[in-house]
Amino acid sequence: MDVTAAKYIGAGLAMTGLIGAGAGLGILFGNYLQAAIRNPAAAAGERVWLFLGMALAESMGIFGFVMGFIILFVKV
Amino acid sequence: MAAIEPMEQFLVRKVVDLPPIPVPGLGSLDMSITNSVMFMLIAAALISTFFFAAARRQVVPGRLQAVAEMLYNLVDSALTGGIIGDRGRPFLPFVFTLFLLIATLNLIGLAPGGFTVTSQLAVTATLAVLTFGTVLVVGFVRNGLGFFKLFWPSGVHPAMAAFLMVIELISFSVRPLTLAMRLFGNMLGGHVVTYMFASFVIGLGLFGLEGAGLAKLGLLGSAVSFMMIVALMALEFVVAFLQAFVFAALTCVYLNEVVNLDHGH
Repeated sequence: MDVTAAKYIGAGLAMTGLIGAGAGLGILFGNYLQAAIRNPAAAAGERVWLFLGMALAESMGIFGFVMGFIILFVKV
Repeated sequence: MAAIEPMEQFLVRKVVDLPPIPVPGLGSLDMSITNSVMFMLIAAALISTFFFAAARRQVVPGRLQAVAEMLYNLVDSALTGGIIGDRGRPFLPFVFTLFLLIATLNLIGLAPGGFTVTSQLAVTATLAVLTFGTVLVVGFVRNGLGFFKLFWPSGVHPAMAAFLMVIELISFSVRPLTLAMRLFGNMLGGHVVTYMFASFVIGLGLFGLEGAGLAKLGLLGSAVSFMMIVALMALEFVVAFLQAFVFAALTCVYLNEVVNLDHGH
């Protein structure tokens, strides 16, 4: 296989890491909203942890994204 | 048509060329002012000007002072106070500075013609190593060798705990890496995506203008891409602020572990 073609395929495959990040963010915000509707008084206090969880869930996807960029743009 | 180069916007260029300074033992040091350094200076000037103008010390705050107090309260009550607790007060200046610097750099990057300093891995890695170093120093100064209790899970069989300690050590040591990569990846990704949609606007628009018949649909695609840019820019403003908040919040979480090591908080 051509190296350039393999690079593009690899970068595309690296992007599949974003599936997990998307699912994780959906679960996170869905559950937060569910809890916030059940007990609106406690919602504001947990918002910091919501954003922290968002950052942690998202970072896994970002790693996949950065891997894709390394495959595409870093010259070895 | 010009080539589409999404990474060109992240190139570091020299703005003011200064002669290299020889450093004994290290070779020479290039202290030229690049666009990255220039925008960092602009951010520092902006923050200083804003707070000098806002800090009037009035009991009933004006508009500017109200904004400054809101930012201060956000970090004080939600981050250092909310996550670390009363012992977090000494770290307020550090966390507040990190938060303001990252937020300003991110937001300047969104301005037309602006350079996103936080899209440079060297910059985010420096900030992350600074945070990690602070956590290590504070951990050892406050707890001495008791710092290693952080990695020792309680209520587990010793053989299992030894195994878990290895995992805890690894997850502790990759923290600066994740901290740096998160900010870098978010800023890089956001700008590249916006650039790609901008190139769609021009590419599809030209295709629609020049072609006939079905090719006219390119104009529709161009319009949709333009609306996507507007929506993405709105998202980017949220992300720019949120990533600064997240960086500061994670700094607090890491500091909390070592500051409140002896009693759970």
